[in-house]
Amino acid sequence: MRSAAVRLGLVAVPVAFFAAFFAWPVAAIVARGLKADGVWQFARLTDVLGESDIRHVLWFTTWQALASTALTLLIALPGAYVFARFDFPGKQILRAVVTVPFVLPTVVVGTAFLALVGRGGLLDELWGVRLDTTVWAILLAHVFFNYAVVVRTVGGLWAQLDPRQEEAARMLGASRFTAWRTVTLPALAPAVAAAALMVFLFTFTSFGVVQILGGPTFSTLEVEIYRQTSEIFDLSTAAVLTIIQFLAVGAILAVHAWTVRRRESALRLVDASVTARRPRGAGQWALLAGVLAVIVVLLLLPLAVLVERSLDAPDFGYYRALASADGGVFLVAPIEAIGNSLQYAVVATLIAVLIGGLAAAALTRRDAGRFVRGFDALLMLPLGVSAVTVGFGFLIALDEPPLDLRSTWILVPLAQALVGVPFVVRTMLPVLRAVDQRLREAASVLGASPWRVWREVDLPLVRRALLIAAGFAFAVSLGEFGATVFIARPDNPTLPVAVARLLGRAGELNYGQAMALSTVLMMVCAVALLVLERLRTDRTGEF
Amino acid sequence: MSITKKATVLAVGFGLVALPALAACGSSDTDGDSGSGGGSKTVTLVSHNSWAVSKSVLAAFEKQSGYKVKVLEDGDAGQAVNKAILTKDNPQGDVFFGVDNTLLSRALDNGLFQSYEPKGSDLILPEYRADQDQHRVTPIDTGDICVNYDKAYFSEHKLTPPTSYDDLIKPEYKNLLVTENASTSSPGLGFLLGTAAKYGDDGWQDYWKKLKANGVKVVDGWEQAYNEEFSGSAGGKKAKADRPLVVSYASSPPAEVIYADPKPTTAPTGVATGTCFRQVEYAGLLSNAENAAGGKALLDFMLTKTFQDDMPLNMFVYPVREAAQVPPEFTKYGPQAKNPETMDPAKIADNRDDWVKSWTSLVLK
Repeated sequence: MRSAAVRLGLVAVPVAFFAAFFAWPVAAIVARGLKADGVWQFARLTDVLGESDIRHVLWFTTWQALASTALTLLIALPGAYVFARFDFPGKQILRAVVTVPFVLPTVVVGTAFLALVGRGGLLDELWGVRLDTTVWAILLAHVFFNYAVVVRTVGGLWAQLDPRQEEAARMLGASRFTAWRTVTLPALAPAVAAAALMVFLFTFTSFGVVQILGGPTFSTLEVEIYRQTSEIFDLSTAAVLTIIQFLAVGAILAVHAWTVRRRESALRLVDASVTARRPRGAGQWALLAGVLAVIVVLLLLPLAVLVERSLDAPDFGYYRALASADGGVFLVAPIEAIGNSLQYAVVATLIAVLIGGLAAAALTRRDAGRFVRGFDALLMLPLGVSAVTVGFGFLIALDEPPLDLRSTWILVPLAQALVGVPFVVRTMLPVLRAVDQRLREAASVLGASPWRVWREVDLPLVRRALLIAAGFAFAVSLGEFGATVFIARPDNPTLPVAVARLLGRAGELNYGQAMALSTVLMMVCAVALLVLERLRTDRTGEF
Repeated sequence: MSITKKATVLAVGFGLVALPALAACGSSDTDGDSGSGGGSKTVTLVSHNSWAVSKSVLAAFEKQSGYKVKVLEDGDAGQAVNKAILTKDNPQGDVFFGVDNTLLSRALDNGLFQSYEPKGSDLILPEYRADQDQHRVTPIDTGDICVNYDKAYFSEHKLTPPTSYDDLIKPEYKNLLVTENASTSSPGLGFLLGTAAKYGDDGWQDYWKKLKANGVKVVDGWEQAYNEEFSGSAGGKKAKADRPLVVSYASSPPAEVIYADPKPTTAPTGVATGTCFRQVEYAGLLSNAENAAGGKALLDFMLTKTFQDDMPLNMFVYPVREAAQVPPEFTKYGPQAKNPETMDPAKIADNRDDWVKSWTSLVLK
């Protein structure tokens, strides 16, 4: 009875948060599109699905997500292996660097990426290969963004699998491949599945990449929702598409939750530091070299292009221009966007850690029932719902007392926290679940209150995970663009919003400043992630 | 035990409530009121993200009128209009600026604005006036969507730059033009409307077939077209862009000069003056505005000579008021087109969606 009450208390706040800042706004905008004179127009569902253009969008969304996921696994799994099993100089920095793309705003990356695979890009100069009008540009950009998801999810677990198990199999006469197939692969499979599903989710709902690199011919559901809402103003079509995407994402998450549960089966894990060693033999060195080459070409070069372009003026001219308010594009000097972004991100991180932490605490309780476990998947939904839908939803739903937040600055961190919470939950959950329940019980028996149990038992054990979660929420908030662009105020633009505005203007100085600001954003993210690398507990977190 | 539980819930609840307050300490926010409460001294302008005004000009208005101006930017022009319509019963502000002639009907049909004729309306050049019976909107600025060309490319290739729509389908300009998607980009739509105005309801499709055969490239937005594909722009040079013709604005060449360091003596790009479509941007007092008096003062201000003179170099548009000054950079680097195509907003309203649909299947499929 008592523990049920505690559980209720823990769940209540995250539920209230998601009800007020996610479910309600999204429901409001969907209702606006699908309700005419107070009557639901469900017939629109079949109408919209009957349109061949829409069916084409659905088809393209699905197959590009499948192709992107396959390609990402193909390219990133060797990376996961190398990061897990090999020890080489600069590994920590490199692992932080490959995570930077994941949190960069796509408008910046799209521009840099075009310079790599577009006309006159590196591939063009080397081999005359141009991908700027093909679906390959989209697929490669998806690999660019999601490489870290695979390396971290799969590599994190791989590093802790005891290599002696595979060695034992080989001693018993299994070939190298058989040993790997029968020992390592089954242990890894759930992590690979989880990573694949996350990549599928991110690419299924891909927005910026497809909008920038896909040109007018390729469109995902998310892009189509944006077009229908924002450009064509066909709210009923947008509402139908939102529902379809919602159902699809729900299905993906349900499967994901299932694989996550399966992964919690007991594996014999060892400290990652003992499994990694220097590569031995030509084959292993070649593998390391190959992975490094892929990272350099696919991940580092687009980032380097940004830096190079930002320096394309004498004496750091573009950087110096950031400090001046004369440009006319803003009411303030662009450099103030850095301060704004940091402030918003700090608040968003606090909210995300609080909400996500409570949710994770509720989810770890052993008495957590089926309902609470479903809640786990629900917390991920914001990752799969269009930022445009959320942005519009905020406006039409949060406009009356007691929640009249229309033009207050808190909207920005609230929207950013929505994206940060899933990362907090995902990082905290495995660690919290690993805390021995008996410790908590012992403390309880000795008379500690639930609050005290948490403070004395859980907190010391999860402090690092909490910091890592906070770091991720922070980095994701910094890069959030889709919803922020709707609600950020002009006198307080965030970094990505400022970059987009500078890119939206003609002239060398504007372009150069956009590149300089992007570089700054990239550096801030890289530093945040580097700090995280130092804090990493090397448990099987997903990110 | 239930007391501890309550304490936990309270602590958590307090955390949520206290957060905004905490963060407010760190924020540089200065406006004390959130726009609620009648008789506010704050007037809120809702606009798209191209809004810009000189600090001194805005400060002068605030000082003289006693209102503090708060600006809310809502994404690009189309987004901003749609958002304003969605929130019209409980608007985010008092005045909306930035609906253009291509979307005007959508705003008016949805009852976005209430009637007000600002002081100085009589000084608006006649060709820009609209909605003269009801005065729900006031024209504020104007600009032309035109094909820009890369001067260096054409002099290197000893080729005359095109000057008209007809030129663009000539073989010597094959594979040179990049434009924007008419369904997602405002210059893209403007260019389509320009051709529809020029060749008529029956002729424009035929024209686009020829344009397609002549290798026109379509990308989604202005940023990509201009910064990634157009060889004459600053971004394009860095991206080694290879299209010397792009659909952009008549004010882009001056911007290339003003935002260059060091400033060149002539603009690196030029305007094909026979390929222009005129956009007019309007502002209006929002229905259900909380501070209607402040909104009226702000609209009056936007027609003053001070504001109209200040606008061009901030937003790269032309004033609509008689005798307002066009900066010398504008006339020097990008002369205004003599006879741009125009179209009645009512006609745009009737045809826009159909045209975009046919254009999409004709050009993109």
